[in-house]
Amino acid sequence: MSQRVYLFTRFERFWHWGQAALVLVLLFSGFAIRGYHDLLHFGPAVRLHETAAWLLIGLWVFAIFWHFTTGQWRQYIPTLERIGAMVRFYAYGIFLGEPHPYRQTPQRKHNPLQRLAYLGVKLVINPLVWVTGLAYLFWEPLRELAPAWLGLEQVAGLHVLGAFLMLAFVIIHVYLTTTGHTPLAHIKAMITGWETLHDDEVIEPRPRKG
Amino acid sequence: MRGQNSRPGLRCLVGLVLLWLALLWLALPALASTADHSQFEELEGPFASGEEVTEACLGCHTEAAEEVMATRHWTWEYHNPLDGEVLGKKSMLNGFCIADRSNEAFCQSCHIGYGWEDETFDFSNPFKVDCLSCHNTGDYKKVAGLAGHPAYERTEYPPGSGKFHGPTDLVEVARNVGPTSRETCGSCHFYGGGGDGVKHGDLDSSLVDAHRDLDVHMAVDGGDFRCSTCHQTESHAVPGSRIQVSAVDDNRAIRRGEQTDRNPATCQACHGNAPHEEGPMATRLNEHTRALACQTCHIPAFARGGVPTKMGWDWSTGGQLDEDGKPFQRKDDDGHVIYDSKKGDFTLGENVVPEYVWFNGDVTFTTTETEIDPDNAPVPINTYHGTPGGEDSRIWPVKLFHGKQPYDTVHNTLLVPHVAIPDDSAFWFNFDWAKALEAGTEAAGQPFSGEFDFVETTMLWPITHMVAPGEQALKCGSCHADEGRLADVEGVWLPGRDRHELLDRFGFGLAGLMLLGVLGHGALRIATRNRRKEH
Repeated sequence: MSQRVYLFTRFERFWHWGQAALVLVLLFSGFAIRGYHDLLHFGPAVRLHETAAWLLIGLWVFAIFWHFTTGQWRQYIPTLERIGAMVRFYAYGIFLGEPHPYRQTPQRKHNPLQRLAYLGVKLVINPLVWVTGLAYLFWEPLRELAPAWLGLEQVAGLHVLGAFLMLAFVIIHVYLTTTGHTPLAHIKAMITGWETLHDDEVIEPRPRKG
Repeated sequence: MRGQNSRPGLRCLVGLVLLWLALLWLALPALASTADHSQFEELEGPFASGEEVTEACLGCHTEAAEEVMATRHWTWEYHNPLDGEVLGKKSMLNGFCIADRSNEAFCQSCHIGYGWEDETFDFSNPFKVDCLSCHNTGDYKKVAGLAGHPAYERTEYPPGSGKFHGPTDLVEVARNVGPTSRETCGSCHFYGGGGDGVKHGDLDSSLVDAHRDLDVHMAVDGGDFRCSTCHQTESHAVPGSRIQVSAVDDNRAIRRGEQTDRNPATCQACHGNAPHEEGPMATRLNEHTRALACQTCHIPAFARGGVPTKMGWDWSTGGQLDEDGKPFQRKDDDGHVIYDSKKGDFTLGENVVPEYVWFNGDVTFTTTETEIDPDNAPVPINTYHGTPGGEDSRIWPVKLFHGKQPYDTVHNTLLVPHVAIPDDSAFWFNFDWAKALEAGTEAAGQPFSGEFDFVETTMLWPITHMVAPGEQALKCGSCHADEGRLADVEGVWLPGRDRHELLDRFGFGLAGLMLLGVLGHGALRIATRNRRKEH
């Protein structure tokens, strides 16, 4: 038996894929600006990077607004519940064909590891990239206000650090999308919104305390 | 019927337009000046010499000589405001023709006076001022060797050379005087160092009829500026200096009529310090003016007009003679001289990409008295000062010239050679360094031990003319790149060039580990796929 659940609303999907595309464009153009590749000239890379950055900032503003008005921000409240089982599954059980120890519901779309990871993106990587990126953009007027130890060099370094963390996240994230019932199952769900839950993956979560 | 009627009307209209154009043409000289010098009785002559022309000029322009005599164009003397050092063409050294002293009769063809051939020249005699050198409109040439005079009669100079000059029709020249022009200023400033384009690199005869790609301001099909359009001259004092350069002018444009001490010849004097207005990058480009001189992006290369500039001059090979014991020249494929027995070997350059240095406008010079360190060659004849990243400095494009010239191996000083006057000691006529240096140093009042050798030198020249049209300015990637134009310029964090090595290693290491991890994990999943199916 399998069961279809509508997990991702239209806005979530738009936000997710918009963000995904923009992050990839930003990584690509950002690395061109940094001088890691020559596939884009510096000037066009800067214009592309800035355009994508403003679009992403706009998208984030909408998404933050959406999360708070819909209460969906609760999806990212961290929990250690069953986290041991999660780690055990990815480190061991997945190779034995054990069932996934977490059952998604529209109220709790993300397993505890996802919660932690996404919260990390939202609270560490995004703010780091955002703040340093804006400082980079508006460095000339900010320069006068900055303390002596903080120069464009440091701003650029922190921005690149954010980019590397984002790159690491993207690698893991993309890989984990292939760990569904079939390699493309999670990606399909993120496109259509409908996740198919299979019996062997269904384990009812423990009832919430309180 | 209508056609027939309209034809006389059309003819009438064409006639009127032609008449109007003719009137405009006649009126133009009158518009430029309220005086037509060709009508002045004072200028009917005859004039036996330049001094007599000057006397006629001063009859009306009573203060002109006093004004001129207060300028560097007259004194060839300049006190460096930085350290008070006495500079100016009269006593300065360079890596090209080296020095003026003892060669005055030759070099002073570019002095705005008559008769300066040695230190006895009377700098207080107003009739010695040469008004025509700057205000002629053609057919006036001061001959090198005649100490600032034109050839009044048909003259062979140097004697026996077969080169004839003149005669000069002083009356004709005097009756056609006008404002300065690219030709008059250029007759000296384009030919510094003994030939077209030799010294500056951004000033040569191609600017007389410049096209827009060469110089947007001076182009005949562009701004058609005279030199004085920017070098706005008051009381005959021409602003602008390569000894004390206005390297930083972080100000708005000067308003018409505004009383100011600012140099009117800077880019900012007209364009202001935030000149980019169009396009998404305008603000970003304006912010670049904190670190860059306008010239850095807007003069992508110098010597772009088809006239090569000398990038190197090796005097040490001078004096070679052919089988007949005669001096000779060697030319490159384009017909430009690259060896001359009188002068040595030349390195020429066209479309030269400048070097870039932090520059606050201060320049110090090696003079005849400066002790040099020949073991640490090349010896810098001039040094540009500036603070990398400093508010008082900007990154400037410069021509870096390489010389090799005589120095005193006992006193360790660069030496003044006597080269250009046909006598028994000048190098060009005797090819004997010892005699030439003896005579040159004596005239310059410089101690000379008699021991000499040649030492490599360098010299910097600011690149500020030959401004290209905006669309030909440098692209971002010209500098924001690993091997870009500013590859060796410190003091700025330059995205595209600068990176944090440790951070990058960490970042790519992290991403690599993640990739290895997921690849390993995926491989294990594939390897255990069968077991899962059995399950």
